[in-house]
Amino acid sequence: MGRLRPEDVDLSTVLADVHLDNPVMTASGCAAAGRELHQFFDVADLGAVVTKSIMRDARSGRATPRMSETASGMLNSIGLQGPGIDAFLATDLPWLLRHDARPIVSIAASSLGEYAELARRVGNSPGVAAIEVNISCPNVEDRGLVFACDPLQAGRVLSVVRRDTPRGLPIFAKLSPDVTSIAEIATAVMAAGADGLVMINTLLGLDIQLDRMRPALAGVTGGLSGPAIKPVALRAVWEVSRALPGVPIIGVGGIRTGADALQFIAAGASAIQVGTAIFNDPCAPVRVLKELREELATRGIAKVSEAIGLAHPSIGGS
Amino acid sequence: MTSTAATTRGPLQVTAKVFSNKRVGDYWHLTLVADGIAERTRPGSFVALAVGGDTSGALLRRAFSIYRVRPAGVYGGTVEIVFSARGRGTQWMARLAAHDPVDVVGPLGRPFALPKEPVGCALVGGGYGSAPLFGLAERLRERKCSVHMVLGAATESRLFGALEAKRAAHSVTVTTEDGSVGIKGVVTDALPALFNRGVEVVYSCGPMGMLKAVTQLALEHGAWTQTAVEEDMACGIGVCMTCVLPVVGDDNVTRMVRSCVEGPVFAGDKVRWDDIGTVPPGTFGAPRSGGR
Ligand SMILES: Cc1cc2nc3c(=O)[nH]c(=O)nc-3n(C[C@H](O)[C@H](O)[C@H](O)COP(=O)(O)OP(=O)(O)OC[C@H]3O[C@@H](n4cnc5c(N)ncnc54)[C@H](O)[C@@H]3O)c2cc1C
Ligand SMILES: Cc1cc2nc3c(=O)[nH]c(=O)nc-3n(C[C@H](O)[C@H](O)[C@H](O)COP(=O)(O)O)c2cc1C
Ligand code: FES
Repeated sequence: MGRLRPEDVDLSTVLADVHLDNPVMTASGCAAAGRELHQFFDVADLGAVVTKSIMRDARSGRATPRMSETASGMLNSIGLQGPGIDAFLATDLPWLLRHDARPIVSIAASSLGEYAELARRVGNSPGVAAIEVNISCPNVEDRGLVFACDPLQAGRVLSVVRRDTPRGLPIFAKLSPDVTSIAEIATAVMAAGADGLVMINTLLGLDIQLDRMRPALAGVTGGLSGPAIKPVALRAVWEVSRALPGVPIIGVGGIRTGADALQFIAAGASAIQVGTAIFNDPCAPVRVLKELREELATRGIAKVSEAIGLAHPSIGGS
Repeated sequence: MTSTAATTRGPLQVTAKVFSNKRVGDYWHLTLVADGIAERTRPGSFVALAVGGDTSGALLRRAFSIYRVRPAGVYGGTVEIVFSARGRGTQWMARLAAHDPVDVVGPLGRPFALPKEPVGCALVGGGYGSAPLFGLAERLRERKCSVHMVLGAATESRLFGALEAKRAAHSVTVTTEDGSVGIKGVVTDALPALFNRGVEVVYSCGPMGMLKAVTQLALEHGAWTQTAVEEDMACGIGVCMTCVLPVVGDDNVTRMVRSCVEGPVFAGDKVRWDDIGTVPPGTFGAPRSGGR
């Protein structure tokens, strides 16, 4: 494999019938709805912009402190603060479309009925490239158990979302790593009608502030993200791509460089998302894209699609 | 880069070079050569610095009020901040030396609002909170406002800019809690005398407790208030939702607003000081148990 010129690398990728110019997206909750980042780079340059998970009603989110910096990462407990679906569809989505971004809308809910309603509202809005279903939320109808942690409940969410989303609009299930077997959850949501998977959401963690001798976050626990979780995320992508060959996977968790992105692709992801790294570098998504191009060129890989799953012995090896 | 960055509004991301980093009392005075930021800065805006270099494990940006700027001339444009070295990021900053690179995003946030009429203004700074008041004083004096500075700290070494204040303001009052310099006491002890001298607008920057006390006193005297708050920030640019506090809108509805984009400067009477750290009942969208 000889070196290529970076500009000759084909970065286009296909995820369950969605054709993207390149495989780099923002991670939900780390880019709001694109507007703030557009001050630093053109949002149309990304494969897609994944919006902050939107709920049916406006939400204030949790009390502060909502974050704590940890070794190579952070804990957050934002509590899905947002304006609600009406305001989102009236302002945020049209803004993204006006700026030629490919919007993937993340939805979150605390009941099946609310997921269904969101699927209908988002699904019937022109211009949406796909729906990402955040299932790391407590189910108010089932003692507050998190949907993502139970294959049955996770499957139910995906089947109502599938039922109420127009045919042809892909839905991706975003999985939590805080489970015994992520492959089992992945199997359940795919069987329920998901078109692909996003892995991983944050891991539950805790930090203690010694000055106050209290948990650092007002919400006590929070979600861990950033480079600290990259090995966990890579393992999840690896495991699921072996258990469910051919299923479209979007890799997320700790990606900071093009090399990180290529690792996820080699583990089986067809696209990747950049989250916490944005807080460190607002240009991180476009920088990762540029570096990914260079990583592929150096290795003589002409198409990013050829790199998908390359690290699996059965695919890439002898 | 894209056309989005070519306008003269909005923040820039710049790889700045350290020009100098000097000890001033308990603080550090850092001067950075960072082209383009000076021209966009207004009093009260801030910069967010990445700390620890490219591969740092401390990912979140650190926010600092802009103390002074110089537009590009013979030398590149500069941005100056004053900081206290406390945690791992600011301790790394204290070790910066001339020519070291630092990734800077700025200017960020909403600046201080300026009065339309030439009125009497009190500028109250607690500790390094005085830093953004010098640029403000200059703007106010251009508008023929009378400028009275009140600088307070626990002790002399934690005051910043007391000498410079004499040049910047028509009057200066210094307070220290231990009486090491100036009046022994706190900044609010010095305010009633200024209200008697006709001060109608109070600007303040410093610890949250001080901002609350200053706002209360100013409201009792019918003065208009502008406060620059300090909330924990992760991104500084409005995408993470960590820096929120309860603020009452013009429609009388309380919202959890992002202090990095809708602040850091707020009208003091709009901030629900006693409820910071909570989501008060009745807040827009409050409160339900939720996911993450
Ligand atoms: C608008 C604004 C202006 C500020 N201006 C100044 C200034 O002029 N001089 C100065 O010394 N300090 C200023 N601060 C506070 C400064 O940002 C913190 O002291 C600094 O971030 C602490 O970093 P650290 O590495 O020492 O602490 P760590 O505890 O290691 O910081 C960890 C994380 O918490 C955040 N954090 C911790 N404390 C604060 C805090 N008080 N405010 C905001 N974020 C915090 C950091 O940004 C970082 O993301 C300002 C803060 C804000 C929001
Ligand atoms: C501040 C913050 C807010 C987040 N909000 C959401 C959200 O609304 N919906 C969601 O599905 N994931 C959310 N996430 C999780 C990220 O999308 C991502 O899955 C996770 O952070 C791991 O990627 P990273 O290490 O690149 O950040 C959030 C993460 C952070 C740090
Ligand atoms: S610091 Fe991220 S939104 Fe304000």
